[in-house]
Amino acid sequence: MRSCDLVIIGGGPAGLAAAVAAKKKGINDILVIERDERLGGILNQCIHNGFGLHTFKEELTGPEYADRFIRQVQELGIVCQTNSMVLNITSEKKVTVLSRTEGMQDIQAKSIILAMGCRERPRGALNIPGYRPQGIYTAGTAQRLVNMEGYLPGKEVVILGSGDIGLIMARRMTLEGAHVQVVAELMPYSGGLKRNIVQCLEDYGIPLKLCHTVIDIRGKQRLEGVTLAEVDENGRPIPGTEEEYCCDTLLLSCGLIPENELSQGMGVRMNPVTNGPVVDESLETSIPGVFACGNVLHVHDLVDFVSEEAKCAGECAADYILGQLDKAGKRGIAIEVEGGIRYTVPAEILPERMRGNLKVRFRVGNVYRNCYISVYLDEKRIAHKRKQIVTSGETEEVILEKEQLEGASRPEKIRIVLECGEKQD
Amino acid sequence: MKDVIIIGAGVSGCAVARELSRYELDICVLEKESDVCEGTSKANSGIVHGGFDAKPGTLKAKLNVLGNQMMDEMAEKLDFPFRRNGAMVVCQSKEEMAVLEELMERGKKNGVEGMEMLSRSQALLLEPNLADTVYAAIHIPSSGIVCPFEMNLAYAENAVQNGVQFHLETEVKQIEKMENGFRVLTDKGMFETRFLINAAGVYADIFHNMVSREKIHITPRRGEYCLLDKNAGNLVERTIFQIPTPKGKGVLVTPTVHGNLLIGPTAADITDKEGTETTSDGLEEVMKKCTKSVKNIPKRQIITSFAGLRAHEDDGDFIIQEVKDAKGFIDVAGIESPGLSSVPAIGVYVRDIMAGLTELCEKKEFCEHRKRITRISELSREEQNGLIQENPAYGQIVCRCEGVTMGEILDAIHRPLGATTLDGIKRRTRAGMGRCQAGFCTPKNMELLAEELHLELKDIRKTGRRDAR
Repeated sequence: MRSCDLVIIGGGPAGLAAAVAAKKKGINDILVIERDERLGGILNQCIHNGFGLHTFKEELTGPEYADRFIRQVQELGIVCQTNSMVLNITSEKKVTVLSRTEGMQDIQAKSIILAMGCRERPRGALNIPGYRPQGIYTAGTAQRLVNMEGYLPGKEVVILGSGDIGLIMARRMTLEGAHVQVVAELMPYSGGLKRNIVQCLEDYGIPLKLCHTVIDIRGKQRLEGVTLAEVDENGRPIPGTEEEYCCDTLLLSCGLIPENELSQGMGVRMNPVTNGPVVDESLETSIPGVFACGNVLHVHDLVDFVSEEAKCAGECAADYILGQLDKAGKRGIAIEVEGGIRYTVPAEILPERMRGNLKVRFRVGNVYRNCYISVYLDEKRIAHKRKQIVTSGETEEVILEKEQLEGASRPEKIRIVLECGEKQD
Repeated sequence: MKDVIIIGAGVSGCAVARELSRYELDICVLEKESDVCEGTSKANSGIVHGGFDAKPGTLKAKLNVLGNQMMDEMAEKLDFPFRRNGAMVVCQSKEEMAVLEELMERGKKNGVEGMEMLSRSQALLLEPNLADTVYAAIHIPSSGIVCPFEMNLAYAENAVQNGVQFHLETEVKQIEKMENGFRVLTDKGMFETRFLINAAGVYADIFHNMVSREKIHITPRRGEYCLLDKNAGNLVERTIFQIPTPKGKGVLVTPTVHGNLLIGPTAADITDKEGTETTSDGLEEVMKKCTKSVKNIPKRQIITSFAGLRAHEDDGDFIIQEVKDAKGFIDVAGIESPGLSSVPAIGVYVRDIMAGLTELCEKKEFCEHRKRITRISELSREEQNGLIQENPAYGQIVCRCEGVTMGEILDAIHRPLGATTLDGIKRRTRAGMGRCQAGFCTPKNMELLAEELHLELKDIRKTGRRDAR
């Protein structure tokens, strides 16, 4: 059986940054496996700009951002196998790959980085009643059709869900000559970035209807129209608020789901809130030597944060392969969340393994104004940072210092709390 | 002049076509949609019923039991997935025990073998996720599950192998009686035939009533379903029925032959013969009622919902006979549940009717076997690598969720009666049937259809006729 020190599953922004970092730490035997025909992942279809402000201090398009990493990977001579789909990974880190050139092949890895990304929530999962005609796409599928296949799915468009891809596609479809009538959002706030609401909707006069959803889909073969209705606080349509829209295209941007079929298949412990693996400060999953980063771990708002996280995963995987990272005899401290914070990544910290300061990223489940983000080590508050607004669409972070958690001051638990916020709804 | 024209390429029409293709007959099937399996046959529970439910003495009872017995052989010869997973009918109270006893009695009269009455605790040993309210159950070991698409395709493809012609996108507009047969006017021209078989599903009454003074009436009875992720497919091993209602077998919970979990259907009489939309009330009803028989159904794992129409005839039984005042016109009408289960027997039954009307000469070259698309996931490692070496398209996954390769999709497009739409690819290969519901594979499948059929992307349809708007 073929063997390999480090197998990275996925050649998108997470996998590429992880590969570069591991290589720079001295790991030479790396294999990046990518299912698509080219590296870069979802960035290839994100031809809008706004990528890289944090990483490169300039505004790049998705393909340009990907290219920066693809070049590094090539310059470093890292082996990448495209058009190859990983079908299974065992808990012993045996990776089964299917490809045109190698057929069905097993690879024994010393360490694995999970970087498979995420998928979009489909219509079926939203349980929207009505017919099932042509013209209903997730926003990302439409993005691929428009930007990579050169195919405009329709002319009269309604978008359900205000996730970032939906907002981006509202602008994109408009620029391609389609008429985007409305973006409807079930929640009382948008799930996307503020800058996207301004630049993709407001600048083009596209209305955003909060607390609205699609309650009927018409047209047997080709979409003919949808009915929108306002919803009450339980998300149930309010009778009498129905509005008919004639449209040939309905785009859905209703949430992203980390693609963890392989992770679950190999038995890593999962976090039911993020739908990603539970990881520690080294981004190591419950299986030693298996790391996760990018959208497979939790859905990110900015690719810059993916690259940063992936660099850490790559370096830690390198440490693991070099025998410099182990769990033996070390006990983790769990991070607890309160006050509207949904989760943190990491969810657990082994202070001895911290490589200096540690960024803990998290999301809240609503929109909060005039609040504080506080960090408690046991009962002692060590941070209390005022925020004018925090929203579910943007990730927040706190920084923990190694000295605060180690030795005599080692706490039993770490709590990250959102305090005194005015909840929007 | 044709010998036989069959209206409708659903599973009944295709099974009749296949059984008649054994003989020296010039047969053609007329179908208004762009593919086979586009009506009732594509949206149902996919259950091969034991046969305990139908009233003894009815055609439904007879053909169900017979069809069930024939299913193993048909699945083997025509290579479609079928599994005898068994079924249970559960009741909620001591009072409802009488209904179970009546079903047991009916089952015995209908010739269903192996049925047994189970107490709650006995039932729980077999199905630990039965709802807490379940009082007792009947176990029907002969019940099974099939892939309804593959079964329909299998009959159709085997019919083509044996010389049957299919005219798709050909809608019958009018039927005229001739001295010795029928003139069939369609939107694609005129056909003449000695025998006309009416297997038109919810439209069968319209064609029957064109030739007969004794009218029949078919009500489209809508059933809505939710399909759950394969993660939920192991919740039950058997098909779990509730006690029947006046309109059908009630909401069931069943694994599918591909490992998903299916819940539904509702039963609502409507007038629109194309009314396959789901409704919020219907979906809510499915989700509420399924909890009466099975607990822990993870509703967050729903990946899609759909609705199908049962072809319910007013008298409640199948109508499979020569129409008295239209010699040579044979109805295969009112084929609602247990229609799918009865299909193998329906084919043979119609053949026997035909044998009484004309002399049937067996073809020497009749081929009774059909092979389905090779699925890479079902092969041994050695076979997989052999196949990929021969044809690298089998090494390239197109549908991630269901693990479908490009080789399988190309086969689906190029085999007889090949796929011309995205839904056609889906029913033949399962590409797009998984948890992402075609989010990832749609662009690639559009591209493959366009390339292989020499079309432009804008001409690729999800479903339906080329000439429809």
